[in-house]
Amino acid sequence: MSITVFVPRDSAALAAGADEVAAAISAEAQSRKLDVTLIRNGSRGLLWLEPMVEVEHQGKRIAYGPVTPEDVKSLFDADFLQGKTHALCHGVTEEIAYLKNQERLTFARIGIIDPLSLKDYEAHEGLVGLKAALKLKPTDIVQQVLDSGLRGRGGAGFPAGIKWRTVAAASSAQKYIVINADEGDSGTFADRMVMEGDPFMLIEGMVIAGISVGATEGYVYIRSEYPDAVSIMNQAVTIATTAGILGSSVLGSGKTFNIHIRMGAGSYVCGEETAMLESLEGKRGVVRAKPPLPALQGLFGKPSVINNVLTMAAIPFILSRGAKAYADYGMGRSLGTLPFQLAGNIRFGGLVEKAFGVTARQLIEDFGGGTATGRPFKAVQIGGPLGAYLPDALLDTPMDYEALAAKGGVLGHGGLVVFDDSADMMEQARYAMAFCAIESCGKCTPCRIGSTRGMEVIQKMQANPSLAPAQTHLLRDLCGTMVNGSLCAMGSMTPYPVLSALDHFPEDFHLTKATHQAA
Amino acid sequence: MNSATQPEMQVVAKAITRFQAVPGGLLPLLHAVQEGLGYIPPTATQSIASAFNLSRAEVHGVITYYHHFRQTPPPKHTLAICHAEACQARGCRSVINKADALLGTSHGSHSGHNPVHDAAKSESDWHVEPTYCLGLCATGPALMLDGQLHAHVTPAKLEALIARANTKDAS
Ligand SMILES: Cc1cc2nc3c(=O)[nH]c(=O)nc-3n(C[C@H](O)[C@H](O)[C@H](O)COP(=O)(O)O)c2cc1C
Ligand code: SF4
Ligand code: FES
Repeated sequence: MSITVFVPRDSAALAAGADEVAAAISAEAQSRKLDVTLIRNGSRGLLWLEPMVEVEHQGKRIAYGPVTPEDVKSLFDADFLQGKTHALCHGVTEEIAYLKNQERLTFARIGIIDPLSLKDYEAHEGLVGLKAALKLKPTDIVQQVLDSGLRGRGGAGFPAGIKWRTVAAASSAQKYIVINADEGDSGTFADRMVMEGDPFMLIEGMVIAGISVGATEGYVYIRSEYPDAVSIMNQAVTIATTAGILGSSVLGSGKTFNIHIRMGAGSYVCGEETAMLESLEGKRGVVRAKPPLPALQGLFGKPSVINNVLTMAAIPFILSRGAKAYADYGMGRSLGTLPFQLAGNIRFGGLVEKAFGVTARQLIEDFGGGTATGRPFKAVQIGGPLGAYLPDALLDTPMDYEALAAKGGVLGHGGLVVFDDSADMMEQARYAMAFCAIESCGKCTPCRIGSTRGMEVIQKMQANPSLAPAQTHLLRDLCGTMVNGSLCAMGSMTPYPVLSALDHFPEDFHLTKATHQAA
Repeated sequence: MNSATQPEMQVVAKAITRFQAVPGGLLPLLHAVQEGLGYIPPTATQSIASAFNLSRAEVHGVITYYHHFRQTPPPKHTLAICHAEACQARGCRSVINKADALLGTSHGSHSGHNPVHDAAKSESDWHVEPTYCLGLCATGPALMLDGQLHAHVTPAKLEALIARANTKDAS
């Protein structure tokens, strides 16, 4: 009987040599005349173990990792195909504490199924949500999304149901569903893992959205840095079209829905929704002024639902298990779960889906195991390049949009980037300004020019510590101008990392407590 | 200025036929041209502009707005090293400095963060560019070399990757 071996095809596994490992396993099996079926799954998200190979044994999956091609022979020698132990063996995958302690709703299938097997997808609750939605009135679908409390996962946390209701109520012969898969934030990779590990889930969510608001065309805007995600999504759309999930009669319902995969071209600001629309229309990705709201005049001027990948990926669960099942997770006005991404200088980096309310400390220490270098923790940047740097003293803050905001932080797309005590926070502040200067769309002066000035001011302090108090004053002024005079969050939130670095780590800016307060 | 060759213009013409009627088809067209040729020949701008009812300046504006598009033929190797925060936290600065030392670039210095991405053309076989996140933030430093992703990069590993690519060229 053939033995099933899983070697992930997720980019994080590929970058660590998964293709070479898969080839070595095939070759070794062949030379030993063993019957092995190789499945290229998504990643379980235990990224420090990638490439993580799993063997199916007596109905359970046994994990081995991180596996190099050189380890393969010894794995066979140890009889890993029978689930036997080995230095790289981690036992039954589901029992690994990192996974076991999660609440995986969106990531329930990822790493388990073959991403491009519809059969696998359906065997794991796939399409149940869509089938349920097809039996509902469109307004009832929107009501489910409203009741679930689902908020946008792209950063702003706007309630998805309200957006959908606005688009549903707009009258137009043509409406669009647009998925923001630009995922430009450093420290985030959950959108990528969804697209590479469970593309049909995103497709199913989009079809449900289309039916509920009366849109027949969907676009997925994927950044060019994710060629594997683009390729898998394209294949998944073709498969879904052939299977009648997409096309002129979704699952025989007579309703039309088509999906177009588009690739970005290396611009961070194209993750801002109106810049993304411009880019999708074939223009420079410059931010549009609002109003008009994209919900009313979005893509090609038509009413459009714009949602992040994770927002849309939560939809099939909500329709399949019900709004309440989703809203039972979380706290306050942050309901459901968030796939957190543990990144940077962290020992056990990866994907941790938890209900809102988990603290940064639980994520970094209990799941993440502290820094990768073993040196003391210094700071965590939460929410991408526009997110604040938080010190140890704030780590007990629950991960909840409002609770974090109260501490001067932002949750953004749920990425946590950990730094050890070797980090120079003044340099991190300089980088934040430099990044804004590079990526600014150029529309507003405070963002375009202010960021360059900000970078120069910090460089002066770096070159000459005695200038620090006076330059700090200037830097604060500049940040105030950027906050107040920028059209979008690129300019108005770059001060978050800059000022949080300054406020929490004044010594890195050559400031003593006294001079800091004066500044 | 590089003048597009006959076969190059055929690639452009094919892409135009394919994307002319597609809503918002300009970006997919530019991607198709760059995928086919490795770059977007400046002399192709006129035919692209006519096909999309745009001015040459508008098409040029789009091409130059996006970091991904290039207007000169790429050298043998393209090395995109992640400069973003999660990779910084995992030591990418030493990898960037190593690339500077081996390939004669200056991305590690502050001036290397210059807003002008399509920096001065070097005569070398290597094009080195900064990239801001490859989605490998838990296993950085990360880079993409000729379309292949690499994680856990160290200065020594970078040197080996470069040497391997150069040896392949020589053989
Ligand atoms: C500079 C900038 C970059 C952004 N990048 C992204 C991104 O990469 N992905 C994303 O989903 N949202 C991003 N956003 C947020 C979007 O503008 C928008 O709020 C989001 O796509 C809406 O979807 P949601 O409601 O599902 O979150 C960005 C915003 C700004 C200002
Ligand atoms: S804040 Fe910056 S990125 Fe946003 S619109 Fe203004 S110039 Fe463009
Ligand atoms: S920050 Fe380097 S890969 Fe994300």
